Amino acid sequence: MSTKLPSWKELPIGAVILEPGSSRRYKTHEWRTLRPVINQDKCIRCRICWSYCPEPAIIEADKPYVTSSNKRYEVSYLIDYDYCKGCGICAQECPVKAIEMVPEVR
Amino acid sequence: MSKIIPLSGNSAVAYAVKSADVDVISAYPITPQTTIVEKLAEFIANGELDAEMIHVESEHSALSAAVGASATGARVYTASSSQGIALMYEIMFITSSLRLPIVMTIATRALSAPINIWNDHSDFMAVSDTGWVMMMAENNQEAHDDVILAYKIAEDPEVLLPVVTALDGYFMTHTIEPINVIERDEALSFAPKRKTWFTLDPDKPITIGALGDPQWYSEFKKQQYEAMKKSREVFEKSVEEFARVFGRKYGAVEFYGDENSEIVLIAMGHVVGNVKAYLSKVRIANSRVGVLKIKLYRPFPEDLVVRYLENAKIIGVIDRALIPGSASPGPLHSEIVTALRKHGVSSKTLSFICGLGGRPVTHEQISTMISKLTEFKDKPASELPREPLFIGVRE
Repeated sequence: MSTKLPSWKELPIGAVILEPGSSRRYKTHEWRTLRPVINQDKCIRCRICWSYCPEPAIIEADKPYVTSSNKRYEVSYLIDYDYCKGCGICAQECPVKAIEMVPEVR
Repeated sequence: MSKIIPLSGNSAVAYAVKSADVDVISAYPITPQTTIVEKLAEFIANGELDAEMIHVESEHSALSAAVGASATGARVYTASSSQGIALMYEIMFITSSLRLPIVMTIATRALSAPINIWNDHSDFMAVSDTGWVMMMAENNQEAHDDVILAYKIAEDPEVLLPVVTALDGYFMTHTIEPINVIERDEALSFAPKRKTWFTLDPDKPITIGALGDPQWYSEFKKQQYEAMKKSREVFEKSVEEFARVFGRKYGAVEFYGDENSEIVLIAMGHVVGNVKAYLSKVRIANSRVGVLKIKLYRPFPEDLVVRYLENAKIIGVIDRALIPGSASPGPLHSEIVTALRKHGVSSKTLSFICGLGGRPVTHEQISTMISKLTEFKDKPASELPREPLFIGVRE
């Protein structure tokens, strides 16, 4: 962390959080040891990963994609790597095994 | 102005809770506490108290509901005993860490097993590490007054900690004494209802009870530590103001007898009265033996304890709870020894374990303790027993 965190004297009493939505700033990707990688060619756009992700860290993007067998999709499923904790539920649930969990190497 | 009426300890507590004009009561019945919340239910039914009574399925839920209610800014009360306090244990830490000024009465009672509904301090001592301010009364008037004092201290913006007010099960809870009842207007002018803490409000959303990871947790613990320290100052100011307004003076500790006594007996709760009565009976109150009553247990008033004990040759500590395996199995003795040694006082101490599970601490037992103290008074510290002395236990 480069920013200086507040001292105990500056923090609100009782560990309350006074600013709504501040958890956006908490990038939970630091918890991750495995990173999900979606193979856009194999993906059948079924939305199962999107609905199972507990974060949710699967983004349904308006991003057309043409597969190697010339099938055109209007959307692509992308991972929000800021918040994905690497739980692997998406890879487990994917019916066509289009998501691979790749070790994070830092 | 105020009226004196005969009340049991539990009724005395309930009258004070009514006068404090609490908004929410959440409780589960358990002996010997039950009649406190029964009386409060009666006040609500009569229209004498405008409060919400939440009936819950366990003490864990009782304190959880109290936490939720307090988080909305309500003045909240609950009470329990023994196994009920044990079941609240988890939520007691949460209450003090969320800094919610709930007041809870413990009608002290032994913990099972064997099943025992009678009085000792097992439950009180078992929760003395949960971050609550804790006081124990010696008589029913004090138990009544403590509730009003408790709200004053708990809701002080510099404290914001929950407070336990304790009274001895049966010996006090079910014993009737004349009580000078503090009326509602008097109570509210002494301890006005103020929302001094962060509360849930749909128009100003905040998060209560969020995650505090290793980057944050320690700072909040340090805040709690400082608040507990501050509560001592607020306690002293509050008892002073209480004495001015109501004419009854309480101290974090109270000493009876000659302050230069060579022998001092330390006790808590109703037993303090037993010891005082014994000493006045045998007319030694002003000569050789003094009594130190500990009213405020958290924060432990170590400075005052040391001030009253530094000239004593030997100190006897009466513990009505037992922690097997501890360096000092008497929890009060442990606090006393720590306070003395921390301040460089080398007075000798004896640890007495007695009055467990409702067995009365009799004058005969007090006499035995004083004989033991007299026996070791002039002996070198190396000859002191290393283990607590069990008084009144069959061999």
